[in-house]
Amino acid sequence: MRSRADVVVIGGGIVGLSTAYHLAKLGADVVVLEKGYVGSGSTFRCASGIRAQFTDEANVKLMKYSVKRWKELSDELGYDVGFVQTGYLFLATTEDEADVFRRTVKLHRRLGLGTRIIDMDEAREIVPILNTEPFILGQWNPEDGKASPFKSTFAFLMRAREMGVEVHEYTPVTAILVENGEVMGVKAGDRTIKADAVLNATNAWAPLVNEMAGLDRELIPIKPFKHQLVKTEPIKPGLVNPLVSPPSWNDSYIIQDAEDGGVIGGAGVEHGPTYDVTPTYDFLREVVRWMTRIAPPLKYVHIIRQWAGFYAKTPDSNPVMGEIKYVNGLYIAAGFSGHGFMMAPGVSEAMADLIMKGRTKVPLDWEWYDPHRFERGELRTSAFQIG
Amino acid sequence: MQMRAPKGVMVLGQTDGEDPRENIIICRCNEVTQKDVEDLIDRGITDIEEIKRLLRIGMGPCQGRTCIPLVMGIIARKTGRRMEDIKVPATRVPIRPVPAGVLVGELDEE
Ligand SMILES: Cc1cc2nc3c(=O)[nH]c(=O)nc-3n(C[C@H](O)[C@H](O)[C@H](O)COP(=O)(O)OP(=O)(O)OC[C@H]3O[C@@H](n4cnc5c(N)ncnc54)[C@H](O)[C@@H]3O)c2cc1C
Ligand code: FES
Repeated sequence: MRSRADVVVIGGGIVGLSTAYHLAKLGADVVVLEKGYVGSGSTFRCASGIRAQFTDEANVKLMKYSVKRWKELSDELGYDVGFVQTGYLFLATTEDEADVFRRTVKLHRRLGLGTRIIDMDEAREIVPILNTEPFILGQWNPEDGKASPFKSTFAFLMRAREMGVEVHEYTPVTAILVENGEVMGVKAGDRTIKADAVLNATNAWAPLVNEMAGLDRELIPIKPFKHQLVKTEPIKPGLVNPLVSPPSWNDSYIIQDAEDGGVIGGAGVEHGPTYDVTPTYDFLREVVRWMTRIAPPLKYVHIIRQWAGFYAKTPDSNPVMGEIKYVNGLYIAAGFSGHGFMMAPGVSEAMADLIMKGRTKVPLDWEWYDPHRFERGELRTSAFQIG
Repeated sequence: MQMRAPKGVMVLGQTDGEDPRENIIICRCNEVTQKDVEDLIDRGITDIEEIKRLLRIGMGPCQGRTCIPLVMGIIARKTGRRMEDIKVPATRVPIRPVPAGVLVGELDEE
Protein backbone atom coordinates (compact mmCIF):
# COMPACT_ATOMS: atom_id res chain seq x y z
CA MET A 1 0.00 0.00 0.00
CA ARG A 2 1.21 3.49 -0.88
CA SER A 3 2.09 5.62 2.16
CA ARG A 4 1.35 8.90 0.34
CA ALA A 5 -1.36 9.99 -2.06
CA ASP A 6 -2.75 13.23 -3.41
CA VAL A 7 -6.24 12.12 -2.48
CA VAL A 8 -7.57 9.33 -0.26
CA VAL A 9 -11.14 8.32 -1.01
CA ILE A 10 -12.96 6.59 1.87
CA GLY A 11 -15.67 4.26 0.56
CA GLY A 12 -15.67 1.99 -2.50
CA GLY A 13 -19.26 2.40 -3.66
CA ILE A 14 -20.24 3.88 -7.01
CA VAL A 15 -19.56 7.43 -5.77
CA GLY A 16 -16.09 6.72 -4.34
CA LEU A 17 -14.94 4.67 -7.32
CA SER A 18 -16.26 7.04 -9.96
CA THR A 19 -14.65 9.99 -8.16
CA ALA A 20 -11.36 8.08 -8.02
CA TYR A 21 -11.60 7.58 -11.78
CA HIS A 22 -12.24 11.27 -12.45
CA LEU A 23 -9.41 12.26 -10.08
CA ALA A 24 -7.00 9.96 -11.90
CA LYS A 25 -8.09 11.54 -15.18
CA LEU A 26 -6.93 14.87 -13.75
CA GLY A 27 -3.55 13.33 -12.93
CA ALA A 28 -3.99 12.71 -9.20
CA ASP A 29 -2.43 9.85 -7.22
CA VAL A 30 -5.43 8.22 -5.59
CA VAL A 31 -5.99 5.52 -2.97
CA VAL A 32 -9.48 4.15 -2.29
CA LEU A 33 -10.12 2.37 1.00
CA GLU A 34 -13.24 0.20 1.36
CA LYS A 35 -14.21 -1.59 4.55
CA GLY A 36 -15.95 -4.51 2.81
CA TYR A 37 -15.90 -5.43 -0.87
CA VAL A 38 -16.61 -2.77 -3.51
CA GLY A 39 -20.32 -2.04 -3.80
CA SER A 40 -21.11 -3.82 -0.53
CA GLY A 41 -22.66 -0.71 1.05
CA SER A 42 -25.78 0.44 -0.76
CA THR A 43 -24.64 0.36 -4.39
CA PHE A 44 -25.14 -3.39 -5.00
CA ARG A 45 -28.50 -3.22 -3.20
CA CYS A 46 -30.11 -0.49 -5.29
CA ALA A 47 -32.92 -0.68 -7.82
CA SER A 48 -30.72 0.61 -10.70
CA GLY A 49 -33.08 3.43 -11.73
CA ILE A 50 -31.76 6.59 -13.41
CA ARG A 51 -34.01 9.60 -13.95
CA ALA A 52 -33.80 13.31 -14.63
CA GLN A 53 -37.45 13.68 -13.55
CA PHE A 54 -36.99 15.54 -10.27
CA THR A 55 -39.24 18.32 -9.00
CA ASP A 56 -36.62 21.04 -8.46
CA GLU A 57 -34.16 22.77 -10.75
CA ALA A 58 -30.90 21.74 -9.05
CA ASN A 59 -31.60 18.01 -9.21
CA VAL A 60 -33.03 18.16 -12.74
CA LYS A 61 -29.94 19.96 -14.04
CA LEU A 62 -27.48 17.64 -12.29
CA MET A 63 -29.39 14.56 -13.47
CA LYS A 64 -29.78 15.81 -17.03
CA TYR A 65 -26.00 16.05 -17.13
CA SER A 66 -25.57 12.66 -15.43
CA VAL A 67 -27.82 10.96 -18.00
CA LYS A 68 -25.65 12.42 -20.76
CA ARG A 69 -22.59 11.00 -18.96
CA TRP A 70 -24.23 7.57 -18.46
CA LYS A 71 -24.63 7.40 -22.24
CA GLU A 72 -20.91 8.02 -22.78
CA LEU A 73 -19.48 5.86 -20.02
CA SER A 74 -19.25 2.41 -21.66
CA ASP A 75 -17.16 3.86 -24.49
CA GLU A 76 -15.11 6.11 -22.26
CA LEU A 77 -14.26 3.46 -19.66
CA GLY A 78 -13.85 0.61 -22.10
CA TYR A 79 -16.14 -1.56 -19.97
CA ASP A 80 -19.88 -1.93 -20.39
CA VAL A 81 -21.97 -0.20 -17.68
CA GLY A 82 -25.27 -1.67 -18.94
CA PHE A 83 -27.02 1.69 -19.36
CA VAL A 84 -30.31 1.62 -21.30
CA GLN A 85 -32.82 4.42 -21.82
CA THR A 86 -36.04 2.63 -21.01
CA GLY A 87 -37.78 5.60 -19.38
CA TYR A 88 -39.60 6.38 -16.12
CA LEU A 89 -43.39 6.37 -15.97
CA PHE A 90 -45.14 8.01 -13.03
CA LEU A 91 -48.88 7.34 -12.71
CA ALA A 92 -51.49 9.67 -11.20
CA THR A 93 -54.44 8.26 -9.25
CA THR A 94 -56.28 11.55 -8.54
CA GLU A 95 -57.05 14.80 -10.39
CA ASP A 96 -54.97 16.76 -7.86
CA GLU A 97 -52.00 14.56 -8.56
CA ALA A 98 -52.57 14.89 -12.31
CA ASP A 99 -52.30 18.67 -11.87
CA VAL A 100 -49.01 18.31 -10.04
CA PHE A 101 -47.74 16.15 -12.91
CA ARG A 102 -48.78 18.79 -15.46
CA ARG A 103 -46.88 21.48 -13.54
CA THR A 104 -43.84 19.23 -13.24
CA VAL A 105 -43.85 18.64 -16.99
CA LYS A 106 -43.77 22.42 -17.50
CA LEU A 107 -40.70 22.70 -15.29
CA HIS A 108 -39.02 19.81 -17.13
CA ARG A 109 -39.77 21.37 -20.53
CA ARG A 110 -38.27 24.65 -19.44
CA LEU A 111 -35.11 22.81 -18.36
CA GLY A 112 -34.88 20.89 -21.62
CA LEU A 113 -36.18 17.43 -20.65
CA GLY A 114 -38.42 15.44 -22.98
CA THR A 115 -41.02 14.67 -20.29
CA ARG A 116 -44.66 14.61 -21.41
CA ILE A 117 -48.13 13.65 -20.22
CA ILE A 118 -49.45 10.45 -21.76
CA ASP A 119 -52.84 8.72 -21.65
CA MET A 120 -53.41 5.18 -20.50
CA ASP A 121 -53.50 3.72 -24.01
CA GLU A 122 -49.99 4.89 -24.63
CA ALA A 123 -48.96 3.75 -21.15
CA ARG A 124 -50.26 0.28 -21.99
CA GLU A 125 -48.15 0.21 -25.13
CA ILE A 126 -45.07 1.04 -23.11
CA VAL A 127 -45.87 -1.45 -20.32
CA PRO A 128 -47.92 -4.31 -21.79
CA ILE A 129 -48.93 -5.81 -18.42
CA LEU A 130 -49.99 -2.47 -16.84
CA ASN A 131 -53.34 -2.23 -15.06
CA THR A 132 -54.59 1.00 -16.64
CA GLU A 133 -57.92 1.17 -14.78
CA PRO A 134 -56.83 2.94 -11.53
CA PHE A 135 -54.83 5.67 -13.25
CA ILE A 136 -55.77 8.99 -14.82
CA LEU A 137 -52.62 9.77 -16.76
CA GLY A 138 -48.89 9.23 -16.86
CA GLN A 139 -45.83 11.47 -16.63
CA TRP A 140 -43.37 9.92 -19.02
CA ASN A 141 -39.73 10.61 -19.87
CA PRO A 142 -38.30 8.11 -22.36
CA GLU A 143 -34.75 9.37 -21.78
CA ASP A 144 -34.59 8.15 -18.18
CA GLY A 145 -33.41 4.59 -17.73
CA LYS A 146 -31.37 2.13 -15.74
CA ALA A 147 -27.84 0.69 -15.58
CA SER A 148 -26.25 -2.34 -14.00
CA PRO A 149 -24.99 -1.46 -10.50
CA PHE A 150 -22.60 -4.38 -10.73
CA LYS A 151 -21.16 -3.69 -14.17
CA SER A 152 -20.89 0.05 -13.67
CA THR A 153 -19.12 -0.30 -10.31
CA PHE A 154 -16.62 -2.73 -11.80
CA ALA A 155 -16.22 -0.60 -14.93
CA PHE A 156 -15.05 2.33 -12.77
CA LEU A 157 -12.95 -0.01 -10.61
CA MET A 158 -11.16 -1.68 -13.52
CA ARG A 159 -10.53 1.55 -15.43
CA ALA A 160 -9.35 3.38 -12.29
CA ARG A 161 -6.91 0.56 -11.51
CA GLU A 162 -5.57 0.66 -15.06
CA MET A 163 -4.95 4.38 -14.52
CA GLY A 164 -2.91 3.70 -11.40
CA VAL A 165 -5.53 4.10 -8.66
CA GLU A 166 -4.96 1.78 -5.68
CA VAL A 167 -8.19 0.25 -4.39
CA HIS A 168 -7.96 -1.72 -1.14
CA GLU A 169 -10.92 -3.81 -0.07
CA TYR A 170 -11.55 -5.10 3.46
CA THR A 171 -9.61 -2.06 4.71
CA PRO A 172 -11.71 0.12 7.05
CA VAL A 173 -10.43 3.61 7.75
CA THR A 174 -10.11 3.97 11.53
CA ALA A 175 -8.84 7.54 11.92
CA ILE A 176 -8.48 10.80 10.00
CA LEU A 177 -5.34 12.75 10.78
CA VAL A 178 -5.95 16.47 11.30
CA GLU A 179 -3.38 19.08 12.37
CA ASN A 180 -4.21 22.77 12.90
CA GLY A 181 -7.44 22.43 10.96
CA GLU A 182 -5.75 20.74 7.96
CA VAL A 183 -6.28 17.17 6.88
CA MET A 184 -2.97 15.24 6.87
CA GLY A 185 -4.12 11.75 5.89
CA VAL A 186 -5.86 8.68 7.25
CA LYS A 187 -5.16 5.58 9.28
CA ALA A 188 -6.44 2.13 8.46
CA GLY A 189 -5.52 0.06 11.49
CA ASP A 190 -1.77 0.37 11.92
CA ARG A 191 -1.18 1.70 8.40
CA THR A 192 -0.96 5.43 7.71
CA ILE A 193 -1.48 7.15 4.36
CA LYS A 194 -0.51 10.82 4.12
CA ALA A 195 -2.70 12.85 1.78
CA ASP A 196 -3.44 16.44 0.78
CA ALA A 197 -7.16 15.76 0.48
CA VAL A 198 -9.57 13.17 1.85
CA LEU A 199 -13.03 12.47 0.46
CA ASN A 200 -15.73 10.99 2.68
CA ALA A 201 -17.74 8.88 0.21
CA THR A 202 -19.25 6.52 2.78
CA ASN A 203 -22.89 7.63 2.36
CA ALA A 204 -24.82 5.84 5.14
CA TRP A 205 -21.69 5.73 7.32
CA ALA A 206 -20.62 9.33 6.64
CA PRO A 207 -21.37 10.71 10.16
CA LEU A 208 -19.13 8.03 11.72
CA VAL A 209 -16.32 9.00 9.36
CA ASN A 210 -16.82 12.73 10.04
CA GLU A 211 -16.47 11.89 13.72
CA MET A 212 -13.00 10.46 12.99
CA ALA A 213 -12.00 13.98 11.94
CA GLY A 214 -13.20 15.36 15.26
CA LEU A 215 -16.53 16.62 13.93
CA ASP A 216 -19.83 16.13 15.70
CA ARG A 217 -21.95 13.35 14.19
CA GLU A 218 -24.92 15.69 14.07
CA LEU A 219 -23.04 18.44 12.21
CA ILE A 220 -24.06 16.89 8.90
CA PRO A 221 -27.06 14.87 10.05
CA ILE A 222 -27.17 11.87 7.71
CA LYS A 223 -29.16 8.89 9.05
CA PRO A 224 -29.30 5.29 7.74
CA PHE A 225 -32.81 4.01 6.97
CA LYS A 226 -33.46 0.45 5.88
CA HIS A 227 -35.16 0.19 2.47
CA GLN A 228 -35.92 -3.08 0.75
CA LEU A 229 -36.53 -4.68 -2.63
CA VAL A 230 -37.90 -7.95 -3.94
CA LYS A 231 -37.16 -9.63 -7.22
CA THR A 232 -39.23 -12.10 -9.22
CA GLU A 233 -38.12 -14.97 -11.37
CA PRO A 234 -37.32 -13.92 -14.96
CA ILE A 235 -40.29 -12.99 -17.14
CA LYS A 236 -40.45 -12.15 -20.84
CA PRO A 237 -38.12 -9.23 -21.64
CA GLY A 238 -39.84 -5.93 -22.29
CA LEU A 239 -42.94 -6.40 -20.14
CA VAL A 240 -41.82 -3.74 -17.61
CA ASN A 241 -38.98 -1.92 -19.36
CA PRO A 242 -39.33 1.46 -17.63
CA LEU A 243 -39.51 2.14 -13.93
CA VAL A 244 -43.25 2.40 -13.26
CA SER A 245 -44.47 4.14 -10.13
CA PRO A 246 -47.76 5.48 -8.77
CA PRO A 247 -46.30 7.74 -6.04
CA SER A 248 -49.62 7.85 -4.15
CA TRP A 249 -49.48 4.07 -3.69
CA ASN A 250 -46.89 4.35 -0.94
CA ASP A 251 -44.09 5.25 -3.37
CA SER A 252 -44.24 1.74 -4.82
CA TYR A 253 -42.50 0.90 -8.08
CA ILE A 254 -41.59 -1.92 -10.43
CA ILE A 255 -38.72 -2.17 -12.93
CA GLN A 256 -37.46 -5.11 -14.94
CA ASP A 257 -33.80 -6.06 -14.76
CA ALA A 258 -32.52 -5.57 -18.31
CA GLU A 259 -30.11 -8.45 -17.96
CA ASP A 260 -31.85 -11.33 -16.23
CA GLY A 261 -35.49 -10.35 -16.85
CA GLY A 262 -36.59 -10.49 -13.20
CA VAL A 263 -38.92 -7.73 -12.00
CA ILE A 264 -37.67 -5.67 -9.08
CA GLY A 265 -40.27 -4.16 -6.74
CA GLY A 266 -39.89 -1.45 -4.11
CA ALA A 267 -42.13 0.56 -1.78
CA GLY A 268 -41.92 3.33 0.78
CA VAL A 269 -41.66 1.04 3.80
CA GLU A 270 -38.91 2.45 5.96
CA HIS A 271 -37.23 1.19 9.14
CA GLY A 272 -34.71 3.03 11.26
CA PRO A 273 -32.45 4.79 11.74
CA THR A 274 -30.59 1.47 11.83
CA TYR A 275 -27.57 -0.31 10.41
CA ASP A 276 -29.52 -3.58 10.29
CA VAL A 277 -30.17 -5.12 6.85
CA THR A 278 -32.44 -8.02 7.78
CA PRO A 279 -35.36 -8.23 5.33
CA THR A 280 -38.79 -7.89 6.97
CA TYR A 281 -42.15 -9.51 6.30
CA ASP A 282 -44.16 -6.28 6.53
CA PHE A 283 -42.27 -4.98 3.51
CA LEU A 284 -42.78 -8.19 1.54
CA ARG A 285 -46.56 -8.08 2.09
CA GLU A 286 -46.79 -4.40 1.26
CA VAL A 287 -44.65 -4.41 -1.87
CA VAL A 288 -46.31 -7.47 -3.38
CA ARG A 289 -49.74 -5.92 -2.80
CA TRP A 290 -48.77 -2.86 -4.86
CA MET A 291 -46.80 -4.78 -7.51
CA THR A 292 -49.75 -7.03 -8.28
CA ARG A 293 -52.08 -4.02 -8.46
CA ILE A 294 -49.77 -2.15 -10.85
CA ALA A 295 -49.30 -5.25 -13.04
CA PRO A 296 -51.82 -7.99 -12.15
CA PRO A 297 -50.12 -10.81 -14.13
CA LEU A 298 -47.26 -10.60 -11.60
CA LYS A 299 -49.58 -12.58 -9.25
CA TYR A 300 -48.53 -15.73 -11.04
CA VAL A 301 -44.82 -15.00 -10.89
CA HIS A 302 -42.57 -16.29 -8.11
CA ILE A 303 -40.77 -13.92 -5.76
CA ILE A 304 -37.26 -15.34 -5.51
CA ARG A 305 -35.28 -12.77 -3.56
CA GLN A 306 -35.69 -10.03 -0.99
CA TRP A 307 -32.94 -7.82 0.37
CA ALA A 308 -32.33 -4.54 2.19
CA GLY A 309 -29.93 -1.63 1.99
CA PHE A 310 -29.74 1.96 3.19
CA TYR A 311 -31.20 5.24 2.17
CA ALA A 312 -28.66 7.63 3.74
CA LYS A 313 -31.12 10.41 4.49
CA THR A 314 -30.57 14.06 5.23
CA PRO A 315 -33.35 16.19 6.79
CA ASP A 316 -34.37 17.44 3.30
CA SER A 317 -33.60 14.24 1.35
CA ASN A 318 -31.00 16.05 -0.75
CA PRO A 319 -27.33 15.00 -0.65
CA VAL A 320 -24.44 17.01 0.74
CA MET A 321 -21.46 17.76 -1.50
CA GLY A 322 -18.50 20.02 -1.01
CA GLU A 323 -15.62 20.83 1.31
CA ILE A 324 -16.23 20.66 5.05
CA LYS A 325 -15.25 24.15 6.11
CA TYR A 326 -13.93 23.19 9.57
CA VAL A 327 -11.16 20.93 8.19
CA ASN A 328 -9.18 22.13 5.17
CA GLY A 329 -8.88 19.39 2.58
CA LEU A 330 -11.74 17.24 3.93
CA TYR A 331 -14.50 16.77 1.37
CA ILE A 332 -17.83 14.97 1.48
CA ALA A 333 -20.26 13.56 -1.09
CA ALA A 334 -22.90 11.63 0.85
CA GLY A 335 -26.47 11.52 2.14
CA PHE A 336 -27.91 10.55 -1.23
CA SER A 337 -31.30 9.74 0.30
CA GLY A 338 -32.10 6.95 -2.17
CA HIS A 339 -30.79 8.40 -5.43
CA GLY A 340 -27.01 8.27 -5.33
CA PHE A 341 -26.52 5.62 -7.96
CA MET A 342 -28.07 7.67 -10.76
CA MET A 343 -26.18 10.84 -9.76
CA ALA A 344 -22.74 9.31 -9.44
CA PRO A 345 -21.43 10.28 -12.91
CA GLY A 346 -22.18 14.00 -12.48
CA VAL A 347 -21.34 14.13 -8.79
CA SER A 348 -18.00 12.35 -9.17
CA GLU A 349 -16.80 14.53 -12.03
CA ALA A 350 -17.75 17.69 -10.12
CA MET A 351 -16.13 16.48 -6.89
CA ALA A 352 -12.88 15.58 -8.69
CA ASP A 353 -12.85 19.04 -10.32
CA LEU A 354 -13.53 20.73 -6.99
CA ILE A 355 -10.74 18.84 -5.22
CA MET A 356 -8.14 19.33 -7.96
CA LYS A 357 -9.10 22.71 -9.49
CA GLY A 358 -11.50 24.36 -7.06
CA ARG A 359 -14.15 24.77 -9.76
CA THR A 360 -16.13 22.72 -12.27
CA LYS A 361 -18.12 23.00 -15.47
CA VAL A 362 -20.56 20.33 -14.30
CA PRO A 363 -23.95 22.01 -13.68
CA LEU A 364 -23.91 21.26 -9.96
CA ASP A 365 -25.42 23.91 -7.68
CA TRP A 366 -22.95 23.88 -4.76
CA GLU A 367 -25.14 26.22 -2.73
CA TRP A 368 -28.13 23.84 -2.99
CA TYR A 369 -26.09 20.85 -1.78
CA ASP A 370 -24.02 22.80 0.79
CA PRO A 371 -23.03 20.43 3.65
CA HIS A 372 -23.45 23.28 6.12
CA ARG A 373 -27.03 24.27 5.25
CA PHE A 374 -28.50 22.40 8.23
CA GLU A 375 -26.40 24.45 10.66
CA ARG A 376 -28.13 27.51 9.23
CA GLY A 377 -31.51 25.83 9.58
CA GLU A 378 -32.06 25.70 5.82
CA LEU A 379 -33.91 22.87 4.11
CA ARG A 380 -34.28 22.32 0.37
CA THR A 381 -37.68 21.30 -0.98
CA SER A 382 -37.76 17.53 -0.89
CA ALA A 383 -37.19 15.72 -4.14
CA PHE A 384 -39.27 12.58 -4.78
CA GLN A 385 -37.67 9.70 -2.99
CA ILE A 386 -38.51 6.99 -5.45
CA GLY A 387 -35.44 5.20 -6.87
CA MET B 1 -31.83 -10.15 -22.69
CA GLN B 2 -28.14 -9.31 -22.76
CA MET B 3 -27.44 -5.66 -23.48
CA ARG B 4 -25.30 -5.15 -26.53
CA ALA B 5 -22.16 -3.22 -25.69
CA PRO B 6 -20.61 -0.77 -28.15
CA LYS B 7 -17.79 -2.16 -30.31
CA GLY B 8 -14.50 -2.55 -28.51
CA VAL B 9 -16.17 -2.30 -25.10
CA MET B 10 -15.37 -5.10 -22.70
CA VAL B 11 -18.40 -6.84 -21.19
CA LEU B 12 -17.18 -8.27 -17.90
CA GLY B 13 -18.36 -11.82 -17.43
CA GLN B 14 -19.16 -12.43 -21.09
CA THR B 15 -16.91 -14.51 -23.31
CA ASP B 16 -16.90 -15.72 -26.86
CA GLY B 17 -14.72 -17.95 -28.99
CA GLU B 18 -13.86 -21.61 -28.69
CA ASP B 19 -12.79 -23.06 -25.38
CA PRO B 20 -13.84 -26.42 -23.90
CA ARG B 21 -14.50 -24.76 -20.56
CA GLU B 22 -17.39 -22.93 -22.22
CA ASN B 23 -19.24 -26.22 -22.32
CA ILE B 24 -19.02 -26.70 -18.58
CA ILE B 25 -22.03 -25.00 -17.07
CA ILE B 26 -21.50 -23.86 -13.49
CA CYS B 27 -24.78 -22.01 -12.93
CA ARG B 28 -27.77 -23.41 -14.82
CA CYS B 29 -30.17 -20.66 -13.84
CA ASN B 30 -28.08 -18.00 -15.51
CA GLU B 31 -26.07 -20.11 -17.98
CA VAL B 32 -22.66 -19.30 -16.57
CA THR B 33 -19.73 -21.43 -17.67
CA GLN B 34 -16.49 -22.45 -16.00
CA LYS B 35 -14.64 -20.18 -18.42
CA ASP B 36 -16.71 -17.14 -17.38
CA VAL B 37 -15.73 -17.74 -13.75
CA GLU B 38 -12.06 -18.39 -14.46
CA ASP B 39 -11.74 -15.34 -16.71
CA LEU B 40 -12.89 -13.07 -13.91
CA ILE B 41 -10.47 -14.66 -11.46
CA ASP B 42 -7.68 -14.14 -14.01
CA ARG B 43 -8.64 -10.45 -14.10
CA GLY B 44 -8.09 -10.26 -10.36
CA ILE B 45 -11.69 -10.52 -9.24
CA THR B 46 -11.50 -13.35 -6.70
CA ASP B 47 -14.10 -12.39 -4.08
CA ILE B 48 -17.12 -14.69 -4.21
CA GLU B 49 -19.49 -11.78 -3.47
CA GLU B 50 -18.11 -9.92 -6.49
CA ILE B 51 -18.03 -12.92 -8.84
CA LYS B 52 -21.58 -13.74 -7.80
CA ARG B 53 -22.85 -10.31 -8.82
CA LEU B 54 -20.88 -9.85 -12.03
CA LEU B 55 -21.94 -13.23 -13.36
CA ARG B 56 -25.28 -13.37 -11.53
CA ILE B 57 -24.40 -16.70 -10.03
CA GLY B 58 -26.55 -17.87 -7.14
CA MET B 59 -29.23 -15.32 -7.93
CA GLY B 60 -31.48 -17.61 -9.92
CA PRO B 61 -34.63 -19.40 -8.77
CA CYS B 62 -32.59 -22.19 -7.11
CA GLN B 63 -30.82 -19.64 -4.89
CA GLY B 64 -27.42 -20.99 -5.80
CA ARG B 65 -27.67 -24.29 -4.01
CA THR B 66 -25.65 -26.09 -6.68
CA CYS B 67 -23.56 -23.38 -8.27
CA ILE B 68 -22.17 -21.55 -5.24
CA PRO B 69 -20.21 -24.59 -3.96
CA LEU B 70 -18.84 -25.10 -7.48
CA VAL B 71 -17.67 -21.50 -7.69
CA MET B 72 -16.07 -21.76 -4.27
CA GLY B 73 -14.20 -24.82 -5.52
CA ILE B 74 -12.88 -22.94 -8.55
CA ILE B 75 -11.79 -19.97 -6.43
CA ALA B 76 -10.02 -22.30 -4.01
CA ARG B 77 -8.22 -24.12 -6.83
CA LYS B 78 -7.19 -20.99 -8.75
CA THR B 79 -6.13 -18.85 -5.80
CA GLY B 80 -4.68 -21.55 -3.58
CA ARG B 81 -7.07 -20.64 -0.77
CA ARG B 82 -8.78 -23.29 1.34
CA MET B 83 -12.54 -23.86 0.86
CA GLU B 84 -13.05 -23.22 4.59
CA ASP B 85 -11.58 -19.73 4.22
CA ILE B 86 -14.05 -18.64 1.55
CA LYS B 87 -17.11 -17.11 3.14
CA VAL B 88 -20.41 -18.56 1.91
CA PRO B 89 -22.66 -15.72 0.67
CA ALA B 90 -25.80 -15.19 2.74
CA THR B 91 -28.94 -16.85 1.39
CA ARG B 92 -31.68 -14.39 0.61
CA VAL B 93 -35.23 -14.83 1.86
CA PRO B 94 -37.67 -16.21 0.85
CA ILE B 95 -35.77 -19.49 1.16
CA ARG B 96 -38.19 -21.08 -1.29
CA PRO B 97 -39.73 -19.05 -4.15
CA VAL B 98 -43.42 -18.14 -3.60
CA PRO B 99 -45.92 -16.89 -6.19
CA ALA B 100 -46.65 -13.23 -5.49
CA GLY B 101 -50.41 -13.93 -5.46
CA VAL B 102 -50.01 -16.30 -2.52
CA LEU B 103 -48.44 -13.55 -0.43
CA VAL B 104 -51.44 -11.28 -0.91
CA GLY B 105 -53.93 -14.09 -0.33
CA GLU B 106 -55.23 -14.13 -3.90
CA LEU B 107 -53.73 -17.44 -4.95
CA ASP B 108 -53.31 -20.80 -3.18
CA GLU B 109 -49.87 -22.34 -2.90
CA GLU B 110 -49.44 -24.83 -5.76
C1 LIG C 1 -33.55 -0.49 -1.76
C2 LIG C 1 -32.77 0.61 -2.41
C3 LIG C 1 -33.11 1.04 -3.70
C4 LIG C 1 -32.39 2.06 -4.30
N1 LIG C 1 -32.69 2.41 -5.59
C5 LIG C 1 -31.97 3.37 -6.21
C6 LIG C 1 -32.22 3.70 -7.57
O1 LIG C 1 -33.09 3.09 -8.24
N2 LIG C 1 -31.48 4.68 -8.15
C7 LIG C 1 -30.52 5.36 -7.44
O2 LIG C 1 -29.90 6.26 -8.00
N3 LIG C 1 -30.25 5.04 -6.15
C8 LIG C 1 -30.95 4.07 -5.53
N4 LIG C 1 -30.66 3.75 -4.23
C9 LIG C 1 -29.63 4.52 -3.52
C10 LIG C 1 -28.22 4.08 -3.90
O3 LIG C 1 -28.05 2.71 -3.60
C11 LIG C 1 -27.19 4.89 -3.11
O4 LIG C 1 -27.52 6.26 -3.08
C12 LIG C 1 -25.82 4.77 -3.76
O5 LIG C 1 -25.48 3.41 -3.91
C13 LIG C 1 -24.79 5.49 -2.92
O6 LIG C 1 -23.50 5.17 -3.39
P1 LIG C 1 -22.27 5.51 -2.47
O7 LIG C 1 -21.07 5.11 -3.21
O8 LIG C 1 -22.40 6.90 -1.99
O9 LIG C 1 -22.52 4.62 -1.16
P2 LIG C 1 -22.20 3.07 -0.86
O10 LIG C 1 -22.41 2.21 -2.02
O11 LIG C 1 -22.93 2.73 0.40
O12 LIG C 1 -20.65 3.13 -0.58
C14 LIG C 1 -20.11 3.60 0.62
C15 LIG C 1 -19.03 2.62 1.04
O13 LIG C 1 -18.30 3.13 2.16
C16 LIG C 1 -17.82 2.03 2.87
N5 LIG C 1 -17.38 2.45 4.20
C17 LIG C 1 -18.15 2.83 5.25
N6 LIG C 1 -17.37 3.15 6.31
C18 LIG C 1 -16.08 2.97 5.90
C19 LIG C 1 -14.81 3.13 6.55
N7 LIG C 1 -14.70 3.54 7.81
N8 LIG C 1 -13.69 2.85 5.83
C20 LIG C 1 -13.77 2.43 4.54
N9 LIG C 1 -14.94 2.26 3.90
C21 LIG C 1 -16.09 2.53 4.57
C22 LIG C 1 -19.01 1.09 2.88
O14 LIG C 1 -18.62 -0.25 3.13
C23 LIG C 1 -19.58 1.28 1.49
O15 LIG C 1 -19.16 0.29 0.57
C24 LIG C 1 -31.34 2.71 -3.61
C25 LIG C 1 -31.00 2.27 -2.32
C26 LIG C 1 -31.70 1.24 -1.73
C27 LIG C 1 -31.30 0.78 -0.36
S1 FES D 1 -27.76 -22.70 -10.63
FE1 FES D 1 -26.92 -20.82 -10.07
S2 FES D 1 -28.58 -19.77 -9.20
FE2 FES D 1 -29.46 -21.63 -9.83
